[in-house]
Amino acid sequence: MDPQAHIPAPQLLPLGMDAYLVRFSAAFTEPANRAALAFAAEAADLAGVTEVLPALTSTMVRFEGARAPARDALQTLIDSRDWLALPPTSPTRIWTLPLSFDGADAPGLASAAQQAGVSETEAVTQILAATPRVLAIGFAPGQPYMGLLPQIWDFPRQTGLTSVPAGALVAAIRQLVLFANASPTGWVQVARTSFRPFSPGSSDPTPLRAGDEIRFARVSASELESLAQQPLGGAKREDLA
Amino acid sequence: MSAALIIDAAGPGLSVQDLGRPLHGAQGLSRGGALDPLALQEAAALLHAKPAAAIEMPGIGGTFRVTAPTRIALTGAPMKATLDGTPLRWHAAHPIAPGQILKIGGVERGVVGYLTPGAAIATEAFLGSRAAHLNIGIGALLQPADTLPLSDDPAPHRPACHLRAGGPFGARFTGGTVRLIPGPQSALFDDAQRTALTAATFTRGPRSNRQAMQLLSDTEPTWHRAAGGLASEPIQAGDVQITGDGTPYLLLAECQTIGGYPRIGSVHPADMGRMVQAGPKPELHLTFIGWDEADALLATHTAALAKLAASVTPLVRDPADIPDLLSYQLISGVTAGDELG
Repeated sequence: MDPQAHIPAPQLLPLGMDAYLVRFSAAFTEPANRAALAFAAEAADLAGVTEVLPALTSTMVRFEGARAPARDALQTLIDSRDWLALPPTSPTRIWTLPLSFDGADAPGLASAAQQAGVSETEAVTQILAATPRVLAIGFAPGQPYMGLLPQIWDFPRQTGLTSVPAGALVAAIRQLVLFANASPTGWVQVARTSFRPFSPGSSDPTPLRAGDEIRFARVSASELESLAQQPLGGAKREDLA
Repeated sequence: MSAALIIDAAGPGLSVQDLGRPLHGAQGLSRGGALDPLALQEAAALLHAKPAAAIEMPGIGGTFRVTAPTRIALTGAPMKATLDGTPLRWHAAHPIAPGQILKIGGVERGVVGYLTPGAAIATEAFLGSRAAHLNIGIGALLQPADTLPLSDDPAPHRPACHLRAGGPFGARFTGGTVRLIPGPQSALFDDAQRTALTAATFTRGPRSNRQAMQLLSDTEPTWHRAAGGLASEPIQAGDVQITGDGTPYLLLAECQTIGGYPRIGSVHPADMGRMVQAGPKPELHLTFIGWDEADALLATHTAALAKLAASVTPLVRDPADIPDLLSYQLISGVTAGDELG
């Protein structure tokens, strides 16, 4: 049993000597994710705050100066509303990322479809129909955690690690992650994109933001090759007013 | 032609490091930078400058030349160093002229040493930092024949100086007791687990790099706790995470920004140097402290940092050494560089 499970969220916990973690839930929930993002946006404007880092269900807030006033300001912000009751927000930016499900671009598609209990064709249809949001950016630069997929995608990460290439789209626990670089992972690769979430030479090296909506457009493996030469790997971004 | 630092020979892990890229965590980029930032502060004090980029040298150094007169600060883990064959004191800054050969060999104790030129390294910056961040492809390990551009040294002829008795942080290279503060996940572990961790003896494991330091122990890891069901949370350098088989890892400069392994606590910033500079042999013990003690310790540490410059002392050279210096210069081109072996 999680010994913290009985403690009512949100929790305000020290993280090192110069930061606090505000935890809205120990396990992933969409309300806790919305709370983490919304809280980060407001905490960034508090006096003395130097950095905010919204994660899946928690937000880190770094500050300069003494701990006590920072803690008090954060507690006041926590108490200012019911963060776990925030309604879903509309996205302000919508990305369309090209995806290839062909052969070597989707080595784990069959396994994912089997775990989800659907055909590969249906698995592809569900990914293309999904409009996941970027739940958090992290682990590696620019790398998005996206979700949530339909309930049938709630299968676990593998305990054994496999290597995936840059641009791999991987699935598990109703989420998708897009790898910036080749990496070992316990997630299963269902597709590949020519978009790179981290491009150090560009003016915006990590173009995705938490809260962005993601859509996918199917292309062939050869089309994906040629899209790789285009800006943003052929990804399109629409900004809503 | 602008000044440069020429690398004639390089140990296997040399990279340019500064204080890293803070404040980009929300975009998935950890701070990176020097494994032992104290060494950059020490170099700054010795060079009468602000902390600047250095060559980080894990275990083994290299052979270096400059194309314009400058100074070089040698800080962090003490390493065997010579200039044209004459031994150089560590925890010190020395003038160096074009034509002179600086050789830096293996560490005598500790893990990672730093070479900081008074003519600041002027390589291209990414997000305000020149630090190589190897696991995300920013920068690269330095190779023989690499040349680093340097800026102008504002005081190239300032005489040699050193940190008296190694300075206020000179005792951090031989392990010892390291203080932990509780973190957001410490409460996931029970008292018996925390007690077991603090009773164990740890040493640096071989699976250590710029992302994390492996903490090996002969003790059965009863402090292990499975992550099951917890969402990944923000992590940072200093956190001690307990991996799947119970092995603790101390997160370092190039760690990820979000992680799923439970973290039992965080190393107090004042003790990070003692941790990262503990080689494979020195014993490390962990102990938990409360917030009052943590605050007092941070104040003491900050005050010691502020006093670094006050421990900088001129290095008096015996005039009898000077004829030797000249003779070594004549044969410097034929030494074999055994220090790198």
